[in-house]
Amino acid sequence: MQEEIRNKKLEVGLNHFLTVSVVLFSLGLYGVVTRKNAVMVLMGVELILNSANINFVAFSRFGNFGINGELYALFVIILAAAEAAIALAIVLNIYKRFANVNVDEINNLKE
Amino acid sequence: MELYDIIFYLFAAITIVSGIVVVNAKNIVHSAFSLLLTFFGVSGIYVLLGADFLAIVQIMVYVGGILILLLFGVMLTNKITDVEIRSGSFQVFPAIIGLAAFAAILFGVMTSTNWKTESFEIPATTTFQLGRLLISEYALVFELLGILLLVALIGAASIARRDKE
Repeated sequence: MQEEIRNKKLEVGLNHFLTVSVVLFSLGLYGVVTRKNAVMVLMGVELILNSANINFVAFSRFGNFGINGELYALFVIILAAAEAAIALAIVLNIYKRFANVNVDEINNLKE
Repeated sequence: MELYDIIFYLFAAITIVSGIVVVNAKNIVHSAFSLLLTFFGVSGIYVLLGADFLAIVQIMVYVGGILILLLFGVMLTNKITDVEIRSGSFQVFPAIIGLAAFAAILFGVMTSTNWKTESFEIPATTTFQLGRLLISEYALVFELLGILLLVALIGAASIARRDKE
């Protein structure tokens, strides 16, 4: 009987996917708020976007909404690509001006 | 435990463990490489959810594009003379406490909500349906995203170019 209950809990359902997403989101946010290097902050943002994508696809599948959620996840991936390109251009400019990319030392917009 | 469940736990473990390494590694290059594993894990989860096209796009765009961009960012913003590319963390303990509380709240909401789930059949392929939706229902979004990518391309090139001396 107990074995059966445990098996029921281990059987993968919507909550398992959402749990992975929660953990990934928290890790990404942790990276964003604690790391000094701007490129590391970007990596945290990518983790957050990935966790949102897992949610989109999981709800689209388990909620029986057809394929729309997957399409939105596709849009998120496209936006993430655009965001990474622009953000790295900005990071390169910050490096040119301050000679480092530590977000805690960058405190003025122009000299 | 069926095979499906075992594979899910495998991919979830890969995703989460490499995610922890990403945010904790001292060396940024190590972080970038474990981000690669995280992306692979997430794409495996997509496959388990029946999103085959999305899994391929995840590998091609994230691993082939964004990760390379991030590595370029790491290489271009650190002096070559620095043998070890290190980056510190700050406010670690407040962040851990706050985010543990945040994750606990999210988890509590998730488990206490009675999600209405329906069993599903994993379709053989989703590419056809995705393509048809892109040119019918979501045609405007598709065009706007095309324009956005063009704007981002031009913008990134013009921000990152060298000023004329």
